[in-house]
Amino acid sequence: MFAPAPFLLKDASVSRVMTQVCLALVPGIAAYAWLVGPAILVQLVIASLAALLAEAAMLRVQGKPLGMFLADGSAVVTAWLIALTFPPLAPWWLVVTGTVFAIVIAKQLYGGLGQNPFNPAMVAFAVCIVAFPALMSQWPSVGLQLSLADQINVILGLAPRVDALAGATPLDAMKTALKLADGSVSVTQLLANQDIYGNFAGRGWEWVAAGYLLGGLWMWQRKLITWHVPTAFIGALVVVAGGLWLYNPAQFANPLFHLLSGGSMLGAFFIATDPVSGCTTPRGKLIFGAGAGLLAYIIRVFGGYPDGVAFAVLLMNLCAPVIDLLTQPPIFGMKDKA
Amino acid sequence: MLMNLFKFKGGVKPPTNKTQSLGLSIAQAPLPSKLVVPLHQSIGGTPRPVVQAGDKVLKGQLIGEADGWISAAVHAPTSGTVLEVAMHVQPHPSGLDAMCVVIEPDGKDEWIARQPVDYQALTPEQVREGLQQAGVVGLGGAVFPTHGKLTASKTVPMDELVINGAECEPFITCDDLLMRERAEEVVRGIGVFRDLLQPKKVLIGIEDNKPEAAAAMRAAVDALGEPFLVVQVPTLYPAGGAKQLIRVLTGKEVPASKRSTDLGVQCFNVATAYTAWRAIAHGEPVVSRLVTVTGNVGEPRNYEVLIGTPMGELLQLAQPQPDTDGIVMGGPMMGFLVPDAKVPVVKATNCLIAHSERLFPPKAPEMPCIRCGACAQACPHELQPFEMYWFSRAKNFGKTQEYHIFDCIECGCCSFVCPSRIPLVQYFRFAKSEIWARERDKNAAEGAKARFEFKQLRDEREKAEKAEKLAKAAAAQAAKKAAEAAAAAAAEASPTAPDSAAAATQVQASAATVEATATPAVDAEKEAKKAAIAAAMARAKAQREAVQPKNTEQLSAVQQREQAEIEARRQAAHLTDPAQAEPAAPASEKTD
Repeated sequence: MFAPAPFLLKDASVSRVMTQVCLALVPGIAAYAWLVGPAILVQLVIASLAALLAEAAMLRVQGKPLGMFLADGSAVVTAWLIALTFPPLAPWWLVVTGTVFAIVIAKQLYGGLGQNPFNPAMVAFAVCIVAFPALMSQWPSVGLQLSLADQINVILGLAPRVDALAGATPLDAMKTALKLADGSVSVTQLLANQDIYGNFAGRGWEWVAAGYLLGGLWMWQRKLITWHVPTAFIGALVVVAGGLWLYNPAQFANPLFHLLSGGSMLGAFFIATDPVSGCTTPRGKLIFGAGAGLLAYIIRVFGGYPDGVAFAVLLMNLCAPVIDLLTQPPIFGMKDKA
Repeated sequence: MLMNLFKFKGGVKPPTNKTQSLGLSIAQAPLPSKLVVPLHQSIGGTPRPVVQAGDKVLKGQLIGEADGWISAAVHAPTSGTVLEVAMHVQPHPSGLDAMCVVIEPDGKDEWIARQPVDYQALTPEQVREGLQQAGVVGLGGAVFPTHGKLTASKTVPMDELVINGAECEPFITCDDLLMRERAEEVVRGIGVFRDLLQPKKVLIGIEDNKPEAAAAMRAAVDALGEPFLVVQVPTLYPAGGAKQLIRVLTGKEVPASKRSTDLGVQCFNVATAYTAWRAIAHGEPVVSRLVTVTGNVGEPRNYEVLIGTPMGELLQLAQPQPDTDGIVMGGPMMGFLVPDAKVPVVKATNCLIAHSERLFPPKAPEMPCIRCGACAQACPHELQPFEMYWFSRAKNFGKTQEYHIFDCIECGCCSFVCPSRIPLVQYFRFAKSEIWARERDKNAAEGAKARFEFKQLRDEREKAEKAEKLAKAAAAQAAKKAAEAAAAAAAEASPTAPDSAAAATQVQASAATVEATATPAVDAEKEAKKAAIAAAMARAKAQREAVQPKNTEQLSAVQQREQAEIEARRQAAHLTDPAQAEPAAPASEKTD
């Protein structure tokens, strides 16, 4: 009988952690389904199934226990993040390709749970936007009224991908419009377009972002995440966006627009906080979050991609081990030794 | 309490489970069938047995004497007969045996003549020695000999004396009841420590889940007119760790590399103070202690238990439930399952918990670390347990030390919170013991190497000395012979020489003439001796180089030439057989 101390254990497990992360995503998903269209629920199911199947196959190949690792919930979290960052009406095979790539290449080939140096969901996004840039940029306009059946048909490829689907994200639309107008149109004029923009950012999307914020704050309250990464991410984004906005409000959108657009909130609370691929020391988390926020802004405003969160997080993933090494906190009794 | 308390980072709040064993007062455990008293019950040396099988002993009689300064005496817990002095299984997770004195009680429980002393009439050295002779050790669990902690630092003034009544481990209540029922003697014991260490302040820290104990201690402090402060500290495991309690009460952080007296603070457990007072004021050495018997039992309670009582017998008093499948010694956070119900209660035994799967459900299987950092947030020493885990697992022990593995106090907070159910503390113990083992091996190897080199050096020196002696003797011989030859010549030249001398020299004279004619032969012999000496020195040098091969792979041209020359000389002198010399070289390279 070998059972080392402690004999008392806190009621905690990996699957509980992952389940709570999924729960925290629910407000954002609810807003998404309500305001943008219920197709997202279909995508979540497709991605989850693909992730679990890919995970099971890889575990089988490696001879690892299936039940224990499928139940840990980490594959489902990855799948949900993929579904939430891909266009809602993306064809099913695109979502499956991204998910399988994330699970097989970005996670299991590196050693599985806890071993991946890069955030698997962001790897999937980066791979798909490079390989299928057109499909990954087709976002339906929020005003588009399609029945759930029609949406499913589009996803499954049973209905033609009509032009109405080939919109852009509010972020992308803003960038393109500013570039095309070449200084002759201001951000304020663009934001007046009620088809695309709501009160603060993209119409509808701003409330999805608010849902993620709510879920993120709940995770912080439950101590699933610490305040460091989201605060640094949002802080850096606000500082750089605010600085440029003050410098030229006609050409640069205000910080609130950036916070509630694209993957900012999802990135700040759910992606940059991934402990496996991120930093672990308090100061390291601050640097990681600030770096991700800053890079996300630069890539989304000055780069060629519709949003910059995925690449920003991947770039910071690269730096995480070094940041951790350089930011080790002093231990008990050794604080006065500078 | 108008006192500014400090906080330590981390810590956890496991369910305390203390109320179960607080319902009843302390009871005296009955005499067991036999007592198995281990000689080694404290940190430091193993006391030498001073009794043998068949001896009659009285309660409190010395049975093991301290074998050094960091060692404490061991005494017979009751009167009776020594059955044997032999190896018996110990209350240690390893299940290893150690030397024990086994005593069969005679039922009379008859004391030796107890002599109370007036410690204030004694010098501090005498008090410390008295405590050592009485076997007083830290009863909080570490069992460090108390007298060894009662000397203040020579350079740092003693600011605070911290008395630990925190008792942060779940289930354990023996200190709580001790303070409730025997507060006066505890406070008097603290007075002894205060007089020896002369601190500016005495702070008694008690977790705020023990208000009765704190009240009793306050009353005793007031009754005795002592200026001690009884401070209630927040209940947070491991607030009862010495370093954590010192931090909470004084704000000082004692790192692993320092003694607390270096920071002007010292810490003792309340039970230690109590036993110190019993030893001084009643002449009673440490032969019993309070033990909480709890867990999966019908009647959890605190018992005054004789050291050496088999744990199984003690557990029976509390009526263990039928599904009890083991005994945990210590608390559920840092305790361990004892290897056998026969193992004895020792001075470190503060609690026995009857183990069952109902009480402590089996752990879920270990999952990979997800670097969530919960362990780092829970660590009271602000370490990064997941990093140490990673490097312990990879057996990269150098890295574990860079992450300060020896500052880990093995409190178990990290294992408690880990969602992946990784037994982190076990990994750290493994790494620590591996590092110790390697250190030992390295020291042993270095010692062996030094001895070998010294032997080589000595052999060479002896050889050289011998050659020198031989050369000297030969030279003396030659000189003597030359002198004799000269004398003989002189004798031949003077016929007036005495007969006896003539008779003696005549014999040699013939030889001398022979030798005298062969003077060149003597010179050749001398040359041969000289060559032998030079050869011995060259050999010695070669051996030294063989022992300490330095830079044998990348030699400069000059060095290579030198080496070739030496080799040539050696072969010319027929000192080395080229065939033999060859295999020696790669061997010396291997040792590089």
